[in-house]
Amino acid sequence: MDIFSQPDVQQAVLTGFAWILKLTGASGVLALVLGVLLAGMRVSPVPVLRGIGTTWVNTFRNTPLTLVVFFCYFGLYTTLSVELSSDLDLNVFWLGVLGLSAYTAAFVCEAIRSGINTVPPGQAEAARAIGLTFGQTLRLVILPQAGRAVVAPLGSILIALTKNATIVGTIGLAESANAMKQLINDNGNVVIPIFLVFAGIFVALLVPTGYLFNWLGNRLAVRR
Amino acid sequence: MATDTAPLIVLDGVNKWFGELHVLRDVHLSIARGEVIVVIGPSGSGKSTLCRAINRLETINGGEIRFDGVPLPAEGKALARLRSEVGMVFQSFNLFAHRTILDNVTLGPLRVRRESPDKARTHALELLERVGIANQADKYPAQLSGGQQQRAAIARALAMNPKAMLFDEPTSALDPEMVGEVLDVMTALARDGMTMVVVTHEMGFARHAAHRVVFMADGQLVEEAAPSEFFANPRSDRAKDFLSKILTH
Repeated sequence: MDIFSQPDVQQAVLTGFAWILKLTGASGVLALVLGVLLAGMRVSPVPVLRGIGTTWVNTFRNTPLTLVVFFCYFGLYTTLSVELSSDLDLNVFWLGVLGLSAYTAAFVCEAIRSGINTVPPGQAEAARAIGLTFGQTLRLVILPQAGRAVVAPLGSILIALTKNATIVGTIGLAESANAMKQLINDNGNVVIPIFLVFAGIFVALLVPTGYLFNWLGNRLAVRR
Repeated sequence: MATDTAPLIVLDGVNKWFGELHVLRDVHLSIARGEVIVVIGPSGSGKSTLCRAINRLETINGGEIRFDGVPLPAEGKALARLRSEVGMVFQSFNLFAHRTILDNVTLGPLRVRRESPDKARTHALELLERVGIANQADKYPAQLSGGQQQRAAIARALAMNPKAMLFDEPTSALDPEMVGEVLDVMTALARDGMTMVVVTHEMGFARHAAHRVVFMADGQLVEEAAPSEFFANPRSDRAKDFLSKILTH
């Protein structure tokens, strides 16, 4: 375990997990916003919006994330010259965020939609009966209750997102998995300890996340 | 432009099917301003559907419904505006479960009428006082008894200053000891001149608060009469049969 006492190794690990947290934070926010919008579209009375929502979910939920992230890099950036930052690292970071968000939003959408199904139809009827429009009914009555019903599943999606963020390493960001690969290449004699350390850090980050979301889910649950 | 003597709600040859089932058969009904109509009849007779069609929670397949002289809008903002003028009280209360009682009552005035928060709050507290649950304003619906929830739901509907109120079996989901408190609120409302359409099984309320009783069976409007006349001398066999079943106990 000597290698983890070397400052440059510590730096690589720290940088790696800092990228993971940044990827998770940025993609988590974007995916939540996008996922809620998609869920709204999928339950809307406008066929075109429903179509867009359904197509999005079917596309991104059924495509490997590696493929989505590769497309962002080799398709959008290399081929179509879509550059999201002049800084090389940041460009790859935002391309990664784009892919992770598009992919995760599909899962968020479906979680929210299942939450909408837990809201009794009478809630929407009462909202319409006092003169709220469809958008207001969704925003003020349905989504707040649907969201509270799916806090724990959203926590699972966030945990999956954190781990999925390692895939951005494949397009060149020095995140944790990339750092690990580098360490293993340089220290073939301590492969297992290196694995254990990286796995341990992920577990240490994500186990409390799971408990936090379960606790929040219970706390925020709507009593009927 | 409708005058004050023109009827407020007119159902003109209304028909509705649920698939094969013909739930409203050529219903004609005209309701004056300030009139209290009680709709009774066996279950499955179309009473609730009739009530819900008036604010278009149920669409109809034929005929026309006019509110205040204007045919019901089909959808969109115009329909939302119409609904804001017609209060509705449901069998299962349907209070917004994630909002306090006060927030339930102020939601419509704030978001539909764009009232100021102060004005909406003051009005809401007055209404909660009127239905006798001002001390429950900060609680959530699940913390209230059924009777209290239904009175809050009535306050929520009244907060929009509706031109008419629809009651769809408002006491059917209540424990017996809570029926009275809700009927008291409704009776007071009727006395104050509110136009009301009430679907109910409470014959006592029909007798003392209704101006007219409408009897429905199999989607048809079979008979309508003043309550005293209807209960003493029902003309149709269907009504006689129905009354004999519910009034013998």
